[in-house]
Amino acid sequence: MDQSPAFAPADQSLDDGDLTKLHPNYAHALRVQTALMATPFLVASLVLEGIMREKALLPPGVIAGTVLLIAIALIIRIPSRRYGARGYQISADRLRVVRGLLFRYDTVVPFSRVQHIDVNQGPLERFFGIATLTLHTAGNHNSSVALPGLGEPLAREMRETIRAHIRRDSL
Amino acid sequence: MSEPQRTAPVSVVLGAIGSLRQAIIPALAIGFSGIGGSGRVLVAIGVGIVAAVIGTAISYIGWRRLTYTIGETDIRVESGILSRAARSVPYERIQDVSLEAKPLPRLFGLVSVKFETGAGGGEDLALQYLTKAEGERLRQLVRERREDETAATTAAATGADSATPERSDASEGEVLYAMGPGRLVNFGLFEFSLAVFAVLGGLLQYVDNVSDIDIWNVDLWRSWLEEQGSFVASLGPYAQAAGVVAGLFGLVIIGMASGIIRTFLRDWGFTLTRSARGFRRQRGLLTRTDVVMPAHRVQGIVIGTGLVRYRFGWHGMSFVSLAQDDKNESHVVAPFATMDEIAPIVRAAGFHLPGDGLNWQRASKRQITDEAIGSALIFVVGAVAAAIYAPFGVALIPVGLAVMVVGANLYAWKFRRHALDDTQIFATTGMMSPTSRIATRLKLHSVEIAQGPLARWRGYATVNLGLAGGTFAIPGVPLEDARKLRASVIETIAATDYSRLDAPLEEPIDQAFSDDQSGLSVNLRAT
Repeated sequence: MDQSPAFAPADQSLDDGDLTKLHPNYAHALRVQTALMATPFLVASLVLEGIMREKALLPPGVIAGTVLLIAIALIIRIPSRRYGARGYQISADRLRVVRGLLFRYDTVVPFSRVQHIDVNQGPLERFFGIATLTLHTAGNHNSSVALPGLGEPLAREMRETIRAHIRRDSL
Repeated sequence: MSEPQRTAPVSVVLGAIGSLRQAIIPALAIGFSGIGGSGRVLVAIGVGIVAAVIGTAISYIGWRRLTYTIGETDIRVESGILSRAARSVPYERIQDVSLEAKPLPRLFGLVSVKFETGAGGGEDLALQYLTKAEGERLRQLVRERREDETAATTAAATGADSATPERSDASEGEVLYAMGPGRLVNFGLFEFSLAVFAVLGGLLQYVDNVSDIDIWNVDLWRSWLEEQGSFVASLGPYAQAAGVVAGLFGLVIIGMASGIIRTFLRDWGFTLTRSARGFRRQRGLLTRTDVVMPAHRVQGIVIGTGLVRYRFGWHGMSFVSLAQDDKNESHVVAPFATMDEIAPIVRAAGFHLPGDGLNWQRASKRQITDEAIGSALIFVVGAVAAAIYAPFGVALIPVGLAVMVVGANLYAWKFRRHALDDTQIFATTGMMSPTSRIATRLKLHSVEIAQGPLARWRGYATVNLGLAGGTFAIPGVPLEDARKLRASVIETIAATDYSRLDAPLEEPIDQAFSDDQSGLSVNLRAT
């Protein structure tokens, strides 16, 4: 297991228990994702810059420079804040998932209501060695609760734990 | 046995055929278009071959990467070429295994196997193309496992279930609720509707299309109005007032008549009966519907009412279940009834209405304040704009509206409350009249505390409960209460496993009820 469950101090104003932080690589994965999303905007700004240069309306670099600055700010700031806002808490019979920067969602799923369990890895997640654990329930609201950014071995271990609990319960 | 296995190798061929089929149309398009001049047939064939090769390669890699494992406790499927997806379905959660053979796979003797679970959102586990024998074997295996594990717990329940239907078919069952013509007329009066004018508008359009009369010709109407207007003007003030009153009266009569007609068409002969198989609802004049709902499938109860009918003590009641009623998420079981009539239906479904000693929790006053301010804001902006640009006095209209909206929101606070008792959770929402929801604590699937930026700042939250077949949200709960609510609900949920929800559920309810209502446990046992 490459991820030791490090207990970070809880955000006192928001939580009623200690949240476990996600794998640090999750922040990197988010950063790469943000960078990929920013690329089309940068390209567009460069094209716009090229057009503007011919007309010489604005000093060179105003548009592309602004977009670049915003993109860099977003790439540095947002992923770490999103990483900081996310967390989970696993206890004997339930999983709690907390997410969201502006809109905050704090969900608890008891293992006894889990229908089936997914462990998914996209290409980016595979590169960073992390995985998304998804619990499916029968309720209309929260029919699937996803917990991204777990170390891949940890995600598998958690799946085993939850599955074992389901079995124990119904015996 | 527990080694990862692959699906039938012929699946690769089927996948390749599928991709070839998709390549045919572009290939044909190239063949018949001008691209490539005289060599276009070759280009078309080339595109087809490339598509087939790529399709086969992808299909092969996909097949190589897809494995399933029949484990001790669960079935697992791992798949994905670039990304990896692994799904684990415990045997305890598999409701049924269905085998489906489409024409082409059928030629090869293959079936697609679907493991159905109770998961919401249509997420299931499917294996594309196993041999028929393997599919049958899997189905058998899953059934055996399930029987082994649940034999002890469900033997009694299934025994009772299979024995009762014959009996229930013979007996009619007890009528819980029915609406006679008198009640229907009464109901129809509250279903006041001016939809008939929309229909008339449509008809006018039709007249316009098929005849020479130009409905949208303003001059025609103006001349008609002027004619009428000069006639009205000649009548004097009292007659004019009488005319207005008569017009309004006519409007009300038309609205009520169309309400009654609609109600008669929809709810004629409405009867709800309770038999051993569950609830049975029959209704309708021209199209008669007959719906049967097993009692244990009822996940929750919604009791709603209307602005006016609430003041006369009328309520409507629906069952929330996984089944859908036309387009509605829940089944109407008593559209127009007094609370005294609703109470026995609630009891028959295994629920109970909130008792007197219940500790109701009010919604956060801050939330209602925020909502009132938020909804009045647009009118205030309008008022400011009107005060600046419009003649004096016009600004009073948006100001009045803003005051009304604030008043309505503050009044709505009266209906925002929730309560927990030993087995159930109650919540009431609504603006001018209450809508109540009742759910069994045990039959909830998850609890979420959701907060927007404003809610975080002001310290309240919306509690979203995972209810199968419906939604259950309690807005504006103070954060501390929300946490307490979640803690106690989760405690109940976690104590009982999903696979035991249906069968042995009646026991704890029996006990809970027998304390205060001994008649009900007899009723439940009879079911």
